[in-house]
Amino acid sequence: MTQENRHTTPFVYKLAAGILLLIGTCIAALILGAADTSFLDVWLAFTSEASGSASEMIREIRLPREMAAIVVGAALSVSGAIMQGITRNPLADPGLLGLTAGAKAALAVATVWIPSVGYFGTTVACFAGAAAGALLVFGIGALRKGGFAPFRIVLAGASVSALLLAFAEGIGIYYKISKEISMWTAGGLIGTTWSQLQVIVPFITAGILVSLLLSRQLTILSLSEEVAVGLGQKIVPIKMILFAVIIVLAGAAVAIVGNLAFIGLLVPHVARGIVGEDYRLIIPMSAVSGAVLMLAADTLGRTLHAPYETPVAAIVAIMGLPFFLWIVRKGGSAVS
Amino acid sequence: MVRLSTNELCIGYGSRSIVKMLSVEIPDKKITTIIGANGCGKSTLLKAMTRIIPHQSGAVILDGKNILTENTKTLAKKMAILPQTPEAVSGLTVGELVSYGRHPYQRGFGRLTKKDYEVIDWALEVTGTAEFKCRPVDALSGGQRQRVWIAMALAQETELIFLDEPTTYLDLAHQLEVLELLQKLNVEQSRTIIMVLHDINQAARFADYIIALKDGQIVKAGNCEEVIHPEVLKQVFQIDAEIGRDPRTNKPMCITYNLLKGEANREKKMDSPRTYALAYH
Repeated sequence: MTQENRHTTPFVYKLAAGILLLIGTCIAALILGAADTSFLDVWLAFTSEASGSASEMIREIRLPREMAAIVVGAALSVSGAIMQGITRNPLADPGLLGLTAGAKAALAVATVWIPSVGYFGTTVACFAGAAAGALLVFGIGALRKGGFAPFRIVLAGASVSALLLAFAEGIGIYYKISKEISMWTAGGLIGTTWSQLQVIVPFITAGILVSLLLSRQLTILSLSEEVAVGLGQKIVPIKMILFAVIIVLAGAAVAIVGNLAFIGLLVPHVARGIVGEDYRLIIPMSAVSGAVLMLAADTLGRTLHAPYETPVAAIVAIMGLPFFLWIVRKGGSAVS
Repeated sequence: MVRLSTNELCIGYGSRSIVKMLSVEIPDKKITTIIGANGCGKSTLLKAMTRIIPHQSGAVILDGKNILTENTKTLAKKMAILPQTPEAVSGLTVGELVSYGRHPYQRGFGRLTKKDYEVIDWALEVTGTAEFKCRPVDALSGGQRQRVWIAMALAQETELIFLDEPTTYLDLAHQLEVLELLQKLNVEQSRTIIMVLHDINQAARFADYIIALKDGQIVKAGNCEEVIHPEVLKQVFQIDAEIGRDPRTNKPMCITYNLLKGEANREKKMDSPRTYALAYH
């Protein structure tokens, strides 16, 4: 009968399929790994108080790690989707536009100067760093007319990221903490604990909820700013809130996983391919697809060369780079 | 008392002033056209009248209230804007795009009501775009796309509709199609149409009221007989125009024109357009 119905009814199925896929990936991720475990071990870990080494390992090592992969994947993807919507730049990604590099530099600073900072403090430092990185990149963009063109922003992002990462490395070498820093650079979910998740998950949940609430406004904004004003949107407060959401999501993700590009670029495009251009649908779909992708990439990293870890950042980059090039090619006029 | 007017409006970016002390009243339920050379401030004026860009001083008054103090959503129920060549949004269907015209009437997550659907269908019908409803906007031709954007503006159910060069990039037939649609909306539904046009003959043919701008100031505002006139065109466009009559509509029409040679060069030295208009004679 109506446009709305034709679009939303299948959307529920699409989202449900995504969630089923996520559950499947999650079970696979819990079973697979360096240590030999079976479906039964996973079952026991959840259903009983059994304290066998397999159950304990699953509960205390694998499960928090899978949870981390899920929230980080969702956070990076949603933040990428919002960035692409606000900037109308198909190449926007928190990893490419200096946010994650800024967060990492802030993390290095925090580790050195405030050693007692704790996990909450580290997370807040990551927010500040992400904000600083983003402001630098968009500040460079604002310096001249037309500076917000997709390629210019990506170039600015690349240079600012290089600078901030070099800064982080420098601090690492000078203060002899490069081992800790490079653990982050490798983009590992290794050693994520429940207590870390307790700090991060509320931020990411809040960020995703706010973005869902503003998703209709984001769609209007993604048409064009002039159209949004004409339709009666208060664009300045809406953009400010969305910008804060991007920073919280990207910063929280870095606090767990370190510097990780491409997830935020790739996933929203996949989600758009599945559900269309309405951000009310893109955002939930991005969250679910991002979680699946990150979980799969991390599991692959753990099992590819077990018992050694293949850095998840490398796996994501191998998947992401061809995709980046494909968007550049496909985007043609939209990108340049 | 007209609904929309500007009072000593000044618009500029930084220290550069684009529109200077401009006061004008926009006649209700008429088609008003703003014409002028490139960079004269015609688009800037349209954008300031619709709060898309801020103004430096003066005021834009709608229904007795300054538009800057009015709630932006309330304004969106009174005036709709079609920006110049809106970006094509890949993947959005025509129906979806037009449904965004209901945004000012929606709250929260924005589920469309029965009334919304009726208005959307009506807007598609009036603009002749109903058959494209499920097609992606970027699969349409330029003329069809422009009609879809007009449908979105109509879905806002506003009495005032602003358009910034709605015929740019369209071929001749599609230009006329868009202008005739606007004329129909004006005649049949008493909508007030305010648009920037490039083509003075189109302005003469369709507008009830023409505002001719030069350097951010009004050279002449009035009906087509008063504005499409050699003296006015000389000042506004630096052309020596031959004005005749359109044999079909009997409206004034620029048949041919020459550049005022030498005038363009002299313009740099002399400030007042009047000075060199005299010098030419």
